[in-house]
Amino acid sequence: MTVKAEPWQKAEIAGPKKALLIMKPEVVVAMAKKANRPILVVGHQAVEDYSNDVKMIDYAIRISNAAGIPMVVTAHIANECLKRGFSPAGSMSAMEIGNRLNDPQWRGLDGGGTYDLAMFMGLPYYMQFVILSGLKHFSPNLKTISLDRFYNPHATWSFPNISVKDWNENFEIIIDKLKGEK
Amino acid sequence: MLTKGMNMKVKEMKTNLGIIKGLELSFDKVIDETWEEPMGPTPYPSITDLREWDMKLLNKFKPFYLPYCDVCCLCTFGKCDLTGDKRGACGLNMAAQQSRIVLLACCIGASTHIAHARHLVEHLIEKYGRNSPLDVGGLNIDLEAPITRLVCGIKPKKLKDLEDALDYCERQLTTLLSATHTGQEGSNLDFESKVLHAGMIDHLGLEIADMAQISVLGYPKADPEAPLTDLGFGITDVSKPTILVIGHNVPSSVGIIDYITDKGLSGKIEVVGICCTAHDATRYSSMAKIIGPISWQLRFIRSGLADLIVVDEQCIRADTLVEAQKVKTPVIASSPQNCLGLQNKTKISSKAVISDLTEGKIPGALILDPDKVGEVAVETVMTVAPKRNKYKIIPEIEKIVETTQACTECNECVRACPNNQPISKAVKEAAKGDLNPLAEILESCVGCARCESACPNDLPLHSFMVRAGEKELLGEKFKMRIGRGAIQDVEIREVGGPIVLGDIPGVVALVGCSNYPHSGKELVEIAEEFAKRRFIVVTSGCSAMTLAMEKDDEGKTLYEKYPGNFDAGGIVNVGSCVANAHIAGAAIKIANIFAKRNLRANYEEIADYILNRVGAVGVAWGAYSQKAASIASGCWRLGVPVIVGPHGAKYRRMLLGRKDKTEDWYVYDARTGDKIYGGPAPEHLFTTVETKEEAIVLIAKLVMRPNDTSKGRAIKLTHYIDLHKRLYGSMPDDIHLFVRHKADIPITMKDEILKVLEERKWKETRIPDPTLLPRMIRKKKGD
Repeated sequence: MTVKAEPWQKAEIAGPKKALLIMKPEVVVAMAKKANRPILVVGHQAVEDYSNDVKMIDYAIRISNAAGIPMVVTAHIANECLKRGFSPAGSMSAMEIGNRLNDPQWRGLDGGGTYDLAMFMGLPYYMQFVILSGLKHFSPNLKTISLDRFYNPHATWSFPNISVKDWNENFEIIIDKLKGEK
Repeated sequence: MLTKGMNMKVKEMKTNLGIIKGLELSFDKVIDETWEEPMGPTPYPSITDLREWDMKLLNKFKPFYLPYCDVCCLCTFGKCDLTGDKRGACGLNMAAQQSRIVLLACCIGASTHIAHARHLVEHLIEKYGRNSPLDVGGLNIDLEAPITRLVCGIKPKKLKDLEDALDYCERQLTTLLSATHTGQEGSNLDFESKVLHAGMIDHLGLEIADMAQISVLGYPKADPEAPLTDLGFGITDVSKPTILVIGHNVPSSVGIIDYITDKGLSGKIEVVGICCTAHDATRYSSMAKIIGPISWQLRFIRSGLADLIVVDEQCIRADTLVEAQKVKTPVIASSPQNCLGLQNKTKISSKAVISDLTEGKIPGALILDPDKVGEVAVETVMTVAPKRNKYKIIPEIEKIVETTQACTECNECVRACPNNQPISKAVKEAAKGDLNPLAEILESCVGCARCESACPNDLPLHSFMVRAGEKELLGEKFKMRIGRGAIQDVEIREVGGPIVLGDIPGVVALVGCSNYPHSGKELVEIAEEFAKRRFIVVTSGCSAMTLAMEKDDEGKTLYEKYPGNFDAGGIVNVGSCVANAHIAGAAIKIANIFAKRNLRANYEEIADYILNRVGAVGVAWGAYSQKAASIASGCWRLGVPVIVGPHGAKYRRMLLGRKDKTEDWYVYDARTGDKIYGGPAPEHLFTTVETKEEAIVLIAKLVMRPNDTSKGRAIKLTHYIDLHKRLYGSMPDDIHLFVRHKADIPITMKDEILKVLEERKWKETRIPDPTLLPRMIRKKKGD
């Protein structure tokens, strides 16, 4: 099967350096495992009815719990985490977390050092597009993964455009394997 | 007052020294020095004169670049790949390239406003004379032109006095644009400084334009009780011939209204407008009505309600002529900036043009004389309207159900939609006979019709939505307070103190276009939230229209519920895009009228004052244009932070503070020269937010300023914490950064805040007399 690395919003062409396709969920697991300081950034769309039964925020929390990856929520959705009994590591705007990740001197939310992997999900596509671009260009030591079900070309790795069903299945595998790797 | 281009010739003059023959004297400028205020340090500043101030801002609010793509394609060296640390063939890196693009955007925006102002001033001088007095508020306004005074150091009294300021704008613009050429500026921060300069001259252009039209065309003059006007898709009397005006530059609309009046046709023809021309037409005459913001163009044209369309300039769909032809509506283009490929009929007899248009020999005409536009438009529409019989291309429901069967759910429409709306699902539902999902999409539709362009089956998806939402559209009948123009000096006197001291928590300016992430309802919610909280809410442009487009349970719009005066709890519509000048002007006037700071050519000091004292925040929830970018950049230089909705991320650069970097937030205490921690107030100068909830909380935070009194800070903190708790479900995690001493703590929240402060190992500091300018320190250390 050939999968095209085509931006979901078709005019959002990145340029010469495009995200590698995540063809197997194990890629995400391997990247998360390899990273010394990963972080998960979750935007407000994670709490919208995006998937049929499960909201993205639930997957995000499960990933965070499974791998012990700190999670930053953007916009106003921290409360949705708290309602689920989960305390995010941070709550700040998408631009603020993008800007901090862009800063090689930033020691992270816990002061423990610079992050080397940032996984994004749940931001409006075009916002995530430009934030990932900023990180691609100005944070050479940071790898990024777009976990949304749309190809986002400025990430280091991105899912292709996939169905909700495939996306759910990928997440179940990622979470299972992360649990195992913990 | 300034006189230009004086020439004196003396044929023969006898003096004690002898006889002088053929003496000829030429003066470029004669400045009438009757203004007592001394000239400040930066009259007509060059692009580098305020560079130091810019760098102070840029050091505090550093650029965060968000490139659209990896390449530069602006010259034939390229395309150049600028990924990461690569440089292009010219030597430019990605940061500089992004700031260069921002500068280009702001130059486009500023040039649009300045050209608009130039056209207006020339047109009004031609029609009313160079000595027409400037009057934006009668006896209520002495400080008539705050931006012009601040930037240029002149006090314009007559139309002709504006020409010099315009000359200055155009010189600056040319220089700024030249800096974007390959092989010119190489530093991203210097590009950013130039961006701020572009914003400043943009504001000057705005002020000139609105001052000229208010003065001469009889608009409301700083009137808090400007009348209400009709607004909405459903306000058109479809039994009458209807002229639709679209754009921003009002003379052609004035020509139409004057002709109707002169010919005694009032009440027989509808004049309706979209976008800022509509604002200004209603400021000119009660005859005019407003259909809605820019996103209403396609839906109205395709509905066939306009029997003739007159476009002037700015924010007009480039396919207006194509769309108009589909519904057999003739188009008159009236601006050199937007000729639409039409034949220039300016010098052809009106009778002949009217004949060609009514007989359909030509689809439209370019007419560059506003009075002639009036005559041709009115005479044409009366003949065309009965022939057209409101011909429309909105398909019938049966046709929609039939044609949507062809949809393969390829999702190309969704992928083309700026807001990722579930169009294909709605189309499938339509194929089953349920048009409600399409109607729901229309509520949040920005009217771009990219879905149609993308559809491989060429389904007219936007038209489907319009049909689906037709009932709601035709029910759109709202009241909007027309643009009042400037803020009165007396209003500033009354609120200047409470704003600077913090008793009035802030001024929120809801401005800009309608490129909203969802429906305009969110903007209404934001406005009402702050009006209820006794902030001053000011608005303009398409945002001002959007604020009218919701009714409460009693059928009232915000304009019917809240007063139009510049005071706590007011919702103040200043007018069209160019009326944004009055919002910046109000901040400047506070510094001058309330704080007695010299205004004249004293930009840096006034901006320093506003940044540190005036809790004003701009919000462009649906900003899309380059003009919005230049307006925002004018606010930044003046020290006013701006929030944009999610699509604003595509402006490619934010100016963000870092509250975690304590060292960034020190200010001088002007009393002592000590450096005092002033807190991250405001935290950012330009940022994008995702949701209305985030916007609301951030507005409440960004109005804090280092100068707030304890009482004022406590009020501001109350709003910030209350909103954060309500919308985020928790206490903010940064309260300790905004409490300077215990008197700042809101009394009702004392216990829980003290607990937070204790956890954060908070230490008391003092309230400074804040400034970023060493020269403002009254007593140096060691004195």
